[in-house]
Amino acid sequence: MLTKRIIACLDVRDGQVVKGVQFQQLRHAGDPGELARRYNVEGIDEVVILDITATLEKRQALARTIHAVASEIFLPLTVGGGIRSEDDAAAAVDAGADKVSLNTAALRYPDLITILARRYGSQAVIVAIDAKRRDDGFAVYVRSGTTDAARDAVAWAREAESRGAGEILLTSMDRDGTKAGFDCDMTAAVSDAVDIPVIASGGAGTFDHFTDVFTAGHADAALAASIFHYAESSVTDLKRHLRAHGIPVRL
Amino acid sequence: MIALVDYGAGNLTSVRKALSALGADFMTPATPDDLQGTRAVIVPGVGHFAATSALDGSWREAIGGAAAAGTPLFGICVGMQWLFEGSDEAPGVAGLGVINGRIARLDGNAEQRLKVPHVGWNALDFTRSARLLRGLDSGAQVYFTHSYAAPVTAECVAATTHANTFAAAVERDNIFGVQFHPEKSGDAGLQILRNFLEIASAGR
Repeated sequence: MLTKRIIACLDVRDGQVVKGVQFQQLRHAGDPGELARRYNVEGIDEVVILDITATLEKRQALARTIHAVASEIFLPLTVGGGIRSEDDAAAAVDAGADKVSLNTAALRYPDLITILARRYGSQAVIVAIDAKRRDDGFAVYVRSGTTDAARDAVAWAREAESRGAGEILLTSMDRDGTKAGFDCDMTAAVSDAVDIPVIASGGAGTFDHFTDVFTAGHADAALAASIFHYAESSVTDLKRHLRAHGIPVRL
Repeated sequence: MIALVDYGAGNLTSVRKALSALGADFMTPATPDDLQGTRAVIVPGVGHFAATSALDGSWREAIGGAAAAGTPLFGICVGMQWLFEGSDEAPGVAGLGVINGRIARLDGNAEQRLKVPHVGWNALDFTRSARLLRGLDSGAQVYFTHSYAAPVTAECVAATTHANTFAAAVERDNIFGVQFHPEKSGDAGLQILRNFLEIASAGR
């Protein structure tokens, strides 16, 4: 049986892992290679590196980070943050990424999804959607959550799938870093609308939040950062908890 | 020396890193002639079956010839699918045909929320003992990402079930293949690669 995936996210700035609350107030959380190694031992299923500086000067620093992580662990590795062009994606892949995650660029230039899916296969292309609840649905934001994209998350997820995306990484901006739980309603709405896997992100605080997002939220995978970084909880303990609650996981 | 065939189907970086971590002596052949004298051949691949058309002609002859001469041949993902006769994903493109059968699209199941593509970690159910799976137990979890899969035939040594059951690993004499990505499957995957390297150094 296909298991539910637990994905650790490393938000990387200047080669170091940091983490904020609702996209603000960054704080230092460690060395990416070291954290990846620990997560691998604990049984993490995948690792995502999100480059949150993503300026041109930082490109080479990012490549070094990807290479360091990819040389340590033999698990699926996704790189996102500031991937704007085919060249950016190629640099990430050449450094050792298996998948690239597109956010702002996918909305501004949707053909990039198709171009990368043709070059690397759909399995290598994740479209990341940052969304906030509104009375009339789920509003998509871009540019690290600063700009209203005037799109609905469900409709955009469907379009991304039709353009060749292989997975959707859906982040609730309302919940990001709050530890108040995943937005299960939003996750279920998107997951039910597409055939490709949906990775839920934003709000993980307790093990039960993961149980909820895999049941009520219909998520295929769940991504978290802070809950793992500060060694508050181990991946192994989380997976034991999920298994005890009837969720299939790799242990 | 092991030949890792690069036919432009996606990204070989992960396979290279895993082989390097295991201390394998490997190279990427520039021409089919470079396969002469190699101890083993690995055909990786991610993406679309149509990409294997790059192997048509002299590559197919060289790889098929090496396999017929007893050189261990290992297909990974689309590389395993290519060992079969063909795929519904690209009906006009012939596989190597060293294993009988045809690659077909996976089924999903909306009621059980089983999606296609099949992405993630799933269990290997061993169907018989196999050199490729030495050191692993049935039930081991490995990482898949695919929409098409091989039927369970006599060569199947491990099956995996999504909406339907398909061949996750095949083995017959010097022919080996896995649908999943051993280079992305943590310790279980590294063990499978290590097993193939041992088979390669044994020479058959």
